[in-house]
Amino acid sequence: MRNRFGLTWLICGYAFLYLPILTLIVFSFNESKLASLWTHFSLKWYAAILDDTEIIDGFLVSVKIALMSASASVILGTLAAFVMVRYTRFRGRALFIAHINAPLVVPEVITGLSLLLFFVSCDQFFGRRGLLTIWIGHTSICTSYAAVVIQSRLVGMDKSLEEAAMDLGCKPFQVFYLVTLPLIAQSLVSAWLLTFTISLDDVVTSAFLSGPGTTTLPLVLFSRARLGLNPSVNVVATITVAVVGLGVLLGSLWLARQERRRAEEQAAAYRNPKPEPDVEAAIAA
Amino acid sequence: MMKRIENFWHSPALRKGWGKRSVIGIPYIFLILFFSLPFLIVFKLSISDTEGIRFKDLFDYIDGVAILRVRVSNYLFLMTDSLYVYTYWYSIKLAALNTVICLIVGYPFAYFMARAPATWRPTLLMLVTLPFWTSYLLRVYAWKGLLDDNGVINNFLIWAHVIDSPIKMMYTSFSMMVGLVYTYLPFMILPLYSTLVKMNLTLLEAASDLGARPLTTFWLITVPLSKAGIIAGSMLVFIPSLGEYVIPELLGGPETQMIGRTLWNEFFSNNDWTMASAVAVSMVVLILIPLAVFNKYQADSGAAKGT
Repeated sequence: MRNRFGLTWLICGYAFLYLPILTLIVFSFNESKLASLWTHFSLKWYAAILDDTEIIDGFLVSVKIALMSASASVILGTLAAFVMVRYTRFRGRALFIAHINAPLVVPEVITGLSLLLFFVSCDQFFGRRGLLTIWIGHTSICTSYAAVVIQSRLVGMDKSLEEAAMDLGCKPFQVFYLVTLPLIAQSLVSAWLLTFTISLDDVVTSAFLSGPGTTTLPLVLFSRARLGLNPSVNVVATITVAVVGLGVLLGSLWLARQERRRAEEQAAAYRNPKPEPDVEAAIAA
Repeated sequence: MMKRIENFWHSPALRKGWGKRSVIGIPYIFLILFFSLPFLIVFKLSISDTEGIRFKDLFDYIDGVAILRVRVSNYLFLMTDSLYVYTYWYSIKLAALNTVICLIVGYPFAYFMARAPATWRPTLLMLVTLPFWTSYLLRVYAWKGLLDDNGVINNFLIWAHVIDSPIKMMYTSFSMMVGLVYTYLPFMILPLYSTLVKMNLTLLEAASDLGARPLTTFWLITVPLSKAGIIAGSMLVFIPSLGEYVIPELLGGPETQMIGRTLWNEFFSNNDWTMASAVAVSMVVLILIPLAVFNKYQADSGAAKGT
């Protein structure tokens, strides 16, 4: 009885989470301009979007900014994560941690407004609002997300591997490059993907920081959505869902294969146990 | 000479100090420059006196007298103007209501997820996080198509002869609430799930062996043990929904004035930069209160665990 109640709750919950996305997809294939009244199947809005320069341009701008922001914030986030995990004692550590956490909780309207006023007050350095200012804005938000993701991986990492490399004579940079980096690579990839989508999605900060000619895709969609229902928004949504769905599917297949290969290697290693007399002798001595 | 320079760069003390300093310094300077400093500018602007379109300096030094000129009229206006007071009160109320609804819907959801067969759990978890990867703007927009007078839900109800004329759902506090709950529900579910899935189930068995009824066990054991998740989830829902702009703008009616929207209008429609800055500062103050409570709780529970 309780089980059935649980199952019903879960099904209703998932329906709530997915119903809106599903209707978006269904109505992108609708022939009528009224985006909520089904007439009959049509691909005409998909064809229309190919001629929609506003959306195409916005998409290109967004991707450019997202690529730059994700890369910059993963680099800065890696450094920040190292500081938080490894450097437990230095002056200003509490303030440093506050600087990493603050962008996660401060509403975007505030981040956007303050950065805009900052750029206006020193416009001789940054010039007009555009790609550069949006990039900086997104990076300052995304760095915190990247730092949190990478930090959680670093905390769980076995430090003795790095110590072993150091004992074997690696220079600090070599240790980082040869040992640490491969170990945290997966978290770097997920941090990059996360920050990429955050940047690609961002409306509020971009609205404050964009200038003429740098209207990002979310800004185009937002201005259309504000006016009412618009089939082009549905089409963009469907394409996003398809790309994300495919990405997640491929990603999980790849992860499963990695996992299987690792399990096989481990099993193979256990099948042929190699005695290591040298090590034992060294310990005995 | 070259040799000496090389030695200098390779001296271990310097290299360590230099390396550590730059690892700390680069992200630190970036965030100070592009996060704190801009906020200080906002604060300065909110108390700056204006002369036409120019801002007067905060400090003046005339004939040996240092003058600090602080304009408080913006803040006085914020605290006395009934529309602003209403806006703040309304935002807090909606954010709190959103948190409570997310908790009521999300807690059983996370609970049943955590108690599902272990083989299902990764899939169930992935299904909760998956919508995150699609644009949240688009997901909010989707509710427009569902709740509109001509929308899917009204059309369905009319088709099923439940109602004769469409119910007004769009551009009300109801539609905004639906959008808020929909957007923030995963933020409640995920921390709850991670505390519930780690729970030691033998405690429940012990309780039932000692004669506790399932509901009693739930109240006395499960809920207290998931307190950390409840608090973390509530923070993740309450704080961002306080400053929400997109959802009230797309789904709310004209009467649903939330602070984030007010700030936006002050800046973009009224072009009143000092007023927008004052609103921003007061918003930060408003956010600091729940954050301080949260930090205190975390410090307390850390101390209790002896960590």
